[in-house]
Order: sequence, then C-alpha cells, then structure tokens
Amino acid sequence: MRIDFESLPHEYVLVNGTLVDPASNYQGAGEIWVREGVIAEVRQGGPVAASPDVPRVDVAGIAIAPGFLDVHVHFREPGHEYKEDIETGCQSAVAGGFTGVVMMPNTEPPFDSAGVVESVLKRGRQVGLCDVFCAGALTQGRAGAKLAEYHDLKSAGVSTLTDDGSPVVNPALMRHALEHAAMLGLVVAAHSEDKALSAGGHMHEGYWSTHLGIPGIPSAAEELGVARDLILARETGAPIHIAHVSTRGALDVIRLAKQQWGVDVTAETAPHYLELTDRELVGYSPNLKMNPPLRTESDRQAVLEAVTDGTIDMIATDHAPHAPMEKDLEFEHAPFGVIGLETSFAVAHGQLVLSGKMPLVELVRCMTWAPARRFGLPGGRIEAGQAANFALLDPEARWQVLPQVLRSKSRNSPFLGRTLRGRVVATVYRGRVVHRAVPDIRRTVEVA
Amino acid sequence: MREKLGDLAGRHVTIVGDIAHSRVARSNIWGLRAVGAHVTVCGPRSMMPKRVEDLGVQVEYDLRRAVRDADVINVLRIQLERQGTNTFPGAREYSRLFGVSNEVLAGTKPECFVMHPGPMNRGIEIAAEVADGPRQVILQQVTNGVAVRMAVCYLLCGGAAQLEEEGRGTHPMPRAVSAIGA
Repeated sequence: MRIDFESLPHEYVLVNGTLVDPASNYQGAGEIWVREGVIAEVRQGGPVAASPDVPRVDVAGIAIAPGFLDVHVHFREPGHEYKEDIETGCQSAVAGGFTGVVMMPNTEPPFDSAGVVESVLKRGRQVGLCDVFCAGALTQGRAGAKLAEYHDLKSAGVSTLTDDGSPVVNPALMRHALEHAAMLGLVVAAHSEDKALSAGGHMHEGYWSTHLGIPGIPSAAEELGVARDLILARETGAPIHIAHVSTRGALDVIRLAKQQWGVDVTAETAPHYLELTDRELVGYSPNLKMNPPLRTESDRQAVLEAVTDGTIDMIATDHAPHAPMEKDLEFEHAPFGVIGLETSFAVAHGQLVLSGKMPLVELVRCMTWAPARRFGLPGGRIEAGQAANFALLDPEARWQVLPQVLRSKSRNSPFLGRTLRGRVVATVYRGRVVHRAVPDIRRTVEVA
Repeated sequence: MREKLGDLAGRHVTIVGDIAHSRVARSNIWGLRAVGAHVTVCGPRSMMPKRVEDLGVQVEYDLRRAVRDADVINVLRIQLERQGTNTFPGAREYSRLFGVSNEVLAGTKPECFVMHPGPMNRGIEIAAEVADGPRQVILQQVTNGVAVRMAVCYLLCGGAAQLEEEGRGTHPMPRAVSAIGA
C-alpha cells in the first residue's frame, strides 16, 4: 500500500481497494472519489468518472469500510480526565477505525443538562478527529430518582438516553423514562442489571469464581434486568436498546421480545464477550474485570450465534478507561472496565469473519450501518454526498497489542500482549487521514 | 490432622459452615484433595459456592449425614451479621441445623475429632460442651497454626533458597495439586 499521508490532497480517488458498503450490501472492487472531505462519487465494480488530473491513491489489499461508529464509549470528560479525555478518547477511536462515537453520560457532572452536553459536543468538534455524539442521562444526576429533562437534552443534541454504568432500579421510573423518551423520539439504551443480585460480585458466578474464591455475579442479574426492561418496553410500546449483552439467557429473552412480543428492541455486545470467558481470570488480572463480567464458554457461543443471526444488531466496545494505579490492585478492589476501541475490529474480525461465521460486510454492518440507523446518526454508507469517513482495513495483518501501541490514556486492555489478526491501517475523517498504523506496514508485523 | 491420623489419603474430612465465604474451606479443599482425602462440605445451601462439587468434594446439607463417616470435622465460624444480604434466617436456625453439639457427635465414629479455625461462636456453630470437651483439638490447632505461619514466613523471606543451598530442600509439590480444577 502506498498512501503518502503527508501530502494527501483535497481531491483524490481511492483505487484497487475492496469496497465494503453494508448499506448496499456490497463487498467487492470499486473506486471512491473524494473531494473536499465529501464522497463525490462511488463506483462499485468500475472506475469513477474523475478526470485523469485527480490523483489516484492505490490501496491494493485494503478493504475500505465506512468509518466505524461506537455507540458506547466512556471518555471520562468532564471530571475524570486523568483516565481519558475527549481528545485522547478520539485518538483511541480513530486508531480503531472509528469516525463516530457516542459518549456515555457517567461523567462529573453527568450529561443531564443541556449546558454540559453542549460543551462536550463543542469540545468534540474542536478536537476534530471524529464525530463525537452524546448520550443524555435518564435521571437527574444519574441518581435514579427523578427523570432528567429529555426535551432539554434533545435540543442540545443528544442521540440517545441512558444511565449507563447503572440500571434504573425503580421499574416505575424506568417505565416513565421509556414513555417520555418515546414521546420525544429518543431511543433509551438500557444498562439492564438487577443490582440486588449482582451485589458483592466481581466476576461471573460459576465454576471459576468458586475455583478462584472471588464472589460472583450470577447470570440472573443480567437476565432479570433485561427481562424487566423488555417487558416495560412491551408495556409502553417504547423502542429500547440493550447494552453490553453477555449471557445466553438474556439473548433468549431478546429473541422472544423481537420475534413474539413485537418489541422494537436492538441489542449490542462488546468484542471481549466474543473472545473471552471467565476461565481467563485464572491469574486474577484486573484488566479482565468488567461489568457485565466475562461469562462461560456456552454464553460466548450464544453471543457469537446471536451476532450471526441478528439477535444482536451491533458491536459496541463499552470502552472504559481507568488509570494504571486504579487497575493495578487486588482483583476485588479494582474498578470494573476495560478499553476496547483499538482492538474492536481485530477481535470481532477474528471471531466472526476469520472463523467463517459471516462475511466482512456483515461485520462492518454491525459496526457502522446498524448503529447509525438505530440512533439516527450519520455514517455507515459509502455513497456520494456522504462525508468521506473510512476505516482502511488489512484483514490479514497480524499485530501485537502492546501498551506503547495504544493511543488511549489508559492501558487496561484485556488483549494486552496478544497477537490479533486484522488491522486498521488508516482512518480517514472528512477526507483527511487522522490515523495511520506503523508507517512501513507489511503483511505480517514482526512481534516483539 | 497429620499429627493425629498420619497419612490422610482415604480419610474423610467434613467441613461445616459458610463454605462460600470461607478461605479456610477453600484452602482445606485444595490441600486435602492434594493428599488424597475425601472431603464433604456441609452448610446452608445459600452459602454453598456454585459448582463446588467440581472441586472434587461431596455436598451434603444434612449435618448428621455429613459427619457419619468423618474422621475429622472442621467447624467454620459463622458471621451472620457480615452476610447482611439475608442469606440465612439467623443464629437460632443455624445452630439447630448446623451447630455441632454432643448430640451430633454421638452419631460419629468414636475416634472422630473436632477442629475449628477460631475464633469460636460458642452456642452457634459449636456448642460450648464440644468446644471445651474431650473430642476437640482446637488449642493444639492454635499452637500448630503459629508454627506453620512462622515456617511460611521463613520460606517466603528467602529461607527456601537457603535450605536448597544447604541440601535441606523442601519437598516437591504433590502432583495432585495441579490436577484440581483442570
């Protein structure tokens, strides 16, 4: 690949790459003509009608996907900028091929008022590396007692509503949140969990928690939470999105809700649930501690199957940075959360595409078109008129996840030290290259 | 246990109490299985860890059945206040179901003896008559415990390397340990 990033012009044509466009279900040869940050023309299977003066950029061996969209990231700004801030979060995002992110509201102050939302969105525009969107809080202060002002938040530009980090414990309040959000045309993203059941737990409750002597979080905590929220959605007729699904039981209920109850529900899972299980916690690494926790192999298989059959609509990382001094503690004392933007594509690609479960265009759909469509966000399409936002992928490249390679301010990745296959070689945002992997990229990168 | 019984292979040890929250129970299970003893865990169902039988132990909720063939009964301290999350109705119910009393010991082998890691809640998990009676070795446990802790500290602070040098190296790890939970 011979992209000269230092002097990418305002107008160019990407040639010899593989177009991956989930909106038109296309994966094949084609060209993309970019002009002033916008797609001027796309031609599937042939050349674009650009004059010979327009420079051609040869991306042979590269798959060109729409820039990824992650609807679940924690950038910790305002309030906890020592873990991550909007700028480093966006650097991490573009390093993972993302040109759009939705920030979660569990900041300090939280995104429960227009003022905070506006300042965060403004900061995102200022950073200028990718589109930054916000989820507004469901309750004031995320305290689970009073509804936040959804109209206010909507006017400020939120894309969804959630109290993520926490469920709304009171079902009557959750019901009213769903009703109020639906009235205003906003989809609630539910962190579904029964806190009474999960209390005191630090990893999945099962053989491995017994073996390791760590108090467990039963699957029932998630399953009960999901069932409750889906029944409330059914009751109210409100659209709902279920965050970070990890258990077979939750998937059973989601499938039931989709197929038999007629609930307007979408669901997301995170890459770590595709690849890792509770068995990995032998060694007690807090970089493997998150909520919901890593589950059993049976759950992992159920999650993979659900992404394949569409029960899970999209992949979202739940990128949750924590400073090394916070994570480098005894397992029970470390906070929940792992980062994931920079490894998302590689992990999902390995588990879903390289394994033969789905073609690349389907995975890309889960990471672009599906979240864009659900939350009314731009992206997910390679089409004339769209912003020139792309993830340039080398599906074959192997690379090792080393701390010095990561762009996030934090290092709490469950994949540290692992070699993954599938790499974001470059990320283009509004026609400009905002990220590139190591300059002299080869098919297989030497591992340290 | 070794002092009184010698080789523990084939012996029956019953551990009674809040197995789920007990470090004593877990380390007993690992150690006893490693030397080939049979382990039965007995306690309230709400305090039994998930899939504990996969650690190679018998699970028994009836105390009298659990101790019938026991060579040793290890009684764990119950901390009902700590549970806080309403795991069990209270001390009275606990002592009736799982309290080790002389009446319970009447159904055990005459040479079976009682251990307790301490401190004891006399009247709850262990009757005073047992705690202060002839069938227990609890005070010797305390003495032995001090010696074992001293030995562990010594080995961890470089004593192990020193012993190796002097040709008085420690025993190799028993094979059985690595097989547990594989």
